[in-house]
Amino acid sequence: MLVAEGKSILKRIGIGRIKIYRTPAYDISEEEIRDPAAEVERFNDAVQKAIEQQGVLYEKALESAGEESAAIFEAHQMMLEDDDLQDTAREIITDQKKSAEYATQTAFDQYAQMFAELEDPYMQARSADLIDVKMAVLDVLLGNDTESLQGTEPSILVAEDLAPSETVKLDKSLLLGLITREGSAGSHTAILARSMNLPSLIQCKDIDDSWDGRMAILDGYNDRVIIDPTEEELAELTARREEDLKKDALLQDLKGRPSVTLDGRKVRVYANIGGPEDLAGVKENDAEGIGLFRSEFVYLHSKEAPSEEVQFAAYKRVVEAMAPRTVIIRTCDIGADKTIDYMHLDKEANPALGFRAIRICLTRKDFFKTQLRALLRASAYGSMGIMFPMIVSRWEIVEARKILEECKAELLQEGHKVGKYELGIMVETPAAVLCADDLAEEVDFFSLGTNDLTQYTCAIDRQNANLERFSDTHHPAVLKAIQMTVEAGHRHGIWVGICGELGADPSLTETFLRMGVDELSVNAGSVLPLRKIIRGLDLSGQAEK
Amino acid sequence: MKEIYFTVTEPLGIHARPAGILVKEAKKFASRITVFKGEKSCDMKKLLALMSMAVKQGEEIVVQFDGPDEEECAAAIEKFLQENF
Repeated sequence: MLVAEGKSILKRIGIGRIKIYRTPAYDISEEEIRDPAAEVERFNDAVQKAIEQQGVLYEKALESAGEESAAIFEAHQMMLEDDDLQDTAREIITDQKKSAEYATQTAFDQYAQMFAELEDPYMQARSADLIDVKMAVLDVLLGNDTESLQGTEPSILVAEDLAPSETVKLDKSLLLGLITREGSAGSHTAILARSMNLPSLIQCKDIDDSWDGRMAILDGYNDRVIIDPTEEELAELTARREEDLKKDALLQDLKGRPSVTLDGRKVRVYANIGGPEDLAGVKENDAEGIGLFRSEFVYLHSKEAPSEEVQFAAYKRVVEAMAPRTVIIRTCDIGADKTIDYMHLDKEANPALGFRAIRICLTRKDFFKTQLRALLRASAYGSMGIMFPMIVSRWEIVEARKILEECKAELLQEGHKVGKYELGIMVETPAAVLCADDLAEEVDFFSLGTNDLTQYTCAIDRQNANLERFSDTHHPAVLKAIQMTVEAGHRHGIWVGICGELGADPSLTETFLRMGVDELSVNAGSVLPLRKIIRGLDLSGQAEK
Repeated sequence: MKEIYFTVTEPLGIHARPAGILVKEAKKFASRITVFKGEKSCDMKKLLALMSMAVKQGEEIVVQFDGPDEEECAAAIEKFLQENF
């Protein structure tokens, strides 16, 4: 028995034999060749064939993953058709008397290098596309059969890393799991895993060729793979896997059904997301909307403050994809534990109580306006809510709204479309709870950020492990604060939701519903389990104490 | 010879796939089409060369048309640029 660790993408278990996915060896001779004309012919044929293959991959990806994923293969075709690139390779064959393989490798690498050296990160990434098409041409020239790399039996596939062209070629019906040495949570492997609900382990540094053909358990709950498991392990994890599948089937049945209690109370179950890449999970889990889109990702993923266009594209994509369902986007919430170099924020003695979120935005108005303009423009493409974080005083909302109105007027004057939107705030400070009646007069909704609310109400740093004994996620003060907020909101006719982690806590669902909470926004994986609980509740009687 | 000026508004600039379609459009004409950005220039009929100019949002390019069909070519390319970039 052997255990290797990695990072699992999903809490799932895969059981089966290991198949090592070996990228073929590319032995390329540098010897001089005798017949350059014939070599040029071979090169031309190979490029033509590679172009056709990319066309097949395009069709395949279009069917299985949609237009957006497929577009890459169309771009590959166009790169292969490029005259400069082909001429460079042909010149190497005729002038240096080298083989078609050598010429392909040298010419394509040269172009890949050129893109890698460009400053623009988007163009740098195109370098990987050139390498991908180079491989396609080399595979044709060398007669590599890339179709059969996966084998013909269902297996857990083990690879160094997978390129997009490789993931598309995989026969999904033969995949029991996926293990790679490289990859990040945003890599192609991870995206594939999430979209297929496939047990996957990435960054597994210990993968080894000797695993080929051996029995294995990919244990997504514990971020590990067990090679040659014992009988007991096999029995235990097989049972657990079957339980998972049973639960899955039950939850799948809940898709498309309303989140309503036995006595007819409807609750909206929304999902929290960090960026457009989470949309697949939202759809997969049938969330009724997005209750918290953390817009920080647009700031954290770039080296300089993101432009209006870049932000607009990201917001529009999410709003458009979800329409007519609602998407609530929280404005920039950086500061505290989320810092960014280009913001040049001072080091603070007490960052949790410092210059963060709306406080930065109201101070750096131009920075704030860039985001508000992008949000307003995206509002034309679906149903949107804009939410301000870290509000403690009424004047903050008034001022933020004034800036918002200013942006709207400018946009309309410039001829842009602006849609309808709801305006709300995060209630995550005791001050906001205590002034909730005042604040409710300014907005269309409240969303309770229970993580910060708990931290500020109890004065307990949630990152500090030494405080565990004192910390209580169900602290009565927090529950009281939630109740006060809901009541204040309803007194003023606005809806109140919860978007913090507490919203997904099944032991509190009944409590929240009895308080009158209108919306629960949770991570996508909790949507269906939460709907299941809601559909089993009956609020008509007295609460059990 | 004809010349047009164009400022890119597309967020990703002149990037892969639309650039490919632009090249296809350019190839329909006999005229020589040259793209200038600052001191750099390239043939619009060559995709990788065009992409490697890395024309970003907000940047201005100058496009020169030279050949028998330069009038209609310039009109078609200008329209295409406006619609796609």
